[in-house]
Amino acid sequence: MVDVLVALLPATLVGLYQFGWYGLVVILLCVGGCLGVEAVGQKMMGQKVTVSDGSAAVTGLLLALSLPPRAEWWLCAIGALAGIGLGKLVFGGLGYNPFNPAILARVVLLISFPAQMTSFVTPSPWGLDAVTTATPLNLLQEARIRGLGLGEAAHTDLLAAFLGGIPGSLGETSALAVLLGGLYLLWRGHINWDVPVGMLGTMALVSGLFWWHDPAHYMPPAFHLVTGGAMLVAFFMATDMVTSPLTRKGRVIFAVGCGLLTIVIRMWGGYAEAISFAVLLMNAAVPIIDRYTAPRLYGARKRGGL
Amino acid sequence: MQHERPTGPVPASALTLSDALSGEAVAGRPALDVAPRPAFNLREIGDDFVRGVWRENGVFKQMLGLCPALAVTTTAVNGMAMGLATLAVMVASSSSVSIIRNWIPGSVRIPSFIVIIATFVTVVDLFLNAFAHDVHKTLGLFIPLIVVNCIVLGRADAFAARRSLPRAIADALGVGVGFTLALIALGAVRELLGMGSVFGISLFGDAYPPFLLFLLPPGAFIALGLMLAGGTYLAALSARGN
Repeated sequence: MVDVLVALLPATLVGLYQFGWYGLVVILLCVGGCLGVEAVGQKMMGQKVTVSDGSAAVTGLLLALSLPPRAEWWLCAIGALAGIGLGKLVFGGLGYNPFNPAILARVVLLISFPAQMTSFVTPSPWGLDAVTTATPLNLLQEARIRGLGLGEAAHTDLLAAFLGGIPGSLGETSALAVLLGGLYLLWRGHINWDVPVGMLGTMALVSGLFWWHDPAHYMPPAFHLVTGGAMLVAFFMATDMVTSPLTRKGRVIFAVGCGLLTIVIRMWGGYAEAISFAVLLMNAAVPIIDRYTAPRLYGARKRGGL
Repeated sequence: MQHERPTGPVPASALTLSDALSGEAVAGRPALDVAPRPAFNLREIGDDFVRGVWRENGVFKQMLGLCPALAVTTTAVNGMAMGLATLAVMVASSSSVSIIRNWIPGSVRIPSFIVIIATFVTVVDLFLNAFAHDVHKTLGLFIPLIVVNCIVLGRADAFAARRSLPRAIADALGVGVGFTLALIALGAVRELLGMGSVFGISLFGDAYPPFLLFLLPPGAFIALGLMLAGGTYLAALSARGN
């Protein structure tokens, strides 16, 4: 778990640089809140308190990185309660949760407080010159709903989005920083490459097909990969070993499903950023996927065979 | 919960209305109230009422009737309206079932009960539409759905069909009041968390941001689950204290 925190360091530092003091408060509140909820909850349930295993801290940090940089304190507190309380403890604690706690917390907040969860500011050094603005995905959705095609989203600077110059959640602005952390996790062997590659690949492929067919109405695949939570979710949340399938075949199905649903909801859905819904839906499908991709036991016969 | 034997087909010729009202054993049919006893046993009737309100509360203890309990309880007022409508249907249908219980053949009792319940639901539906039109508009489809509320049918089949009229009424009142209280409680919690108000009275002022999740159907499940968990936790605490 410490390695995950280390892997999140680049994204965290970039977030702090771009949003300054406000970002720090959000991170401290989320991590502290998650640790507190886990400690109190486990105490109340008569379980051994396992705050020191770091999983609640990881959930808190991931939650903070998926919140708007100026999220208010109660948003963080409710997120911590929802993530650790509803997402983890009610199912019995770490290892029993069907859904990724950080994504669950984000979705609870997003459907409960849509206004607060989509009020973003521009990044600026130490967050000093921030102006309220919308994310590229929000611009795209707004234009789509009004029937304006791509709208302002068409002018998104993709290089800036990759390096870290677009408005968004704390960990959303710089795809590069998240990517570095993800590669570190891969190098250390904590995650499998099939989930992030499958998920991002499916997103690129599907959005690429539409873009190739009609570039006036669909954004290029690179846009979908560097905006929103694509990198953060693909490397840090979808790869959660508790909530992803056990076999490689299962993980590929899971990853393709996540990518496909993300693009479908982004292009035709009611929310601008869909990736958390996509992963939650696929989390729910994991038991079925595991069931149908279970490897044959050594020595067992094929069904119908001799 | 008491154990109840199913009543078989009853020769209607052997029965009179006074038999039906008294709940005494009649030759030719199995009777639950074995020993002869007065028709009005206040203690027993009181127990029938109290059991339904709390000890066997339909929503909180038996997890029955969850469709209306979860669907319409976005506010305490909605919960109360739904609870009272169900209460009225229960009292009317349980007493009707109790009165005519000895003339209903066992094999067709469920359809018969459903017809009786549907009749009273129609009455309540038209009554609300005429005299409380706004409530009717809010509750909408869920009023006709009282017909399939398993609590109503359950009390008719498991209790009223084998008990005297006073006991059937006491039981229907108890279960109905328990259902109403549960819906008010659930509605109040959801309204408090969702909108920061109870019975339409704002508690936290305008600064309270609406917590939309608790006004949506999933929020009903979460709120009910949290309330049950809280109740279990308090019960465990008090058990430890004793």
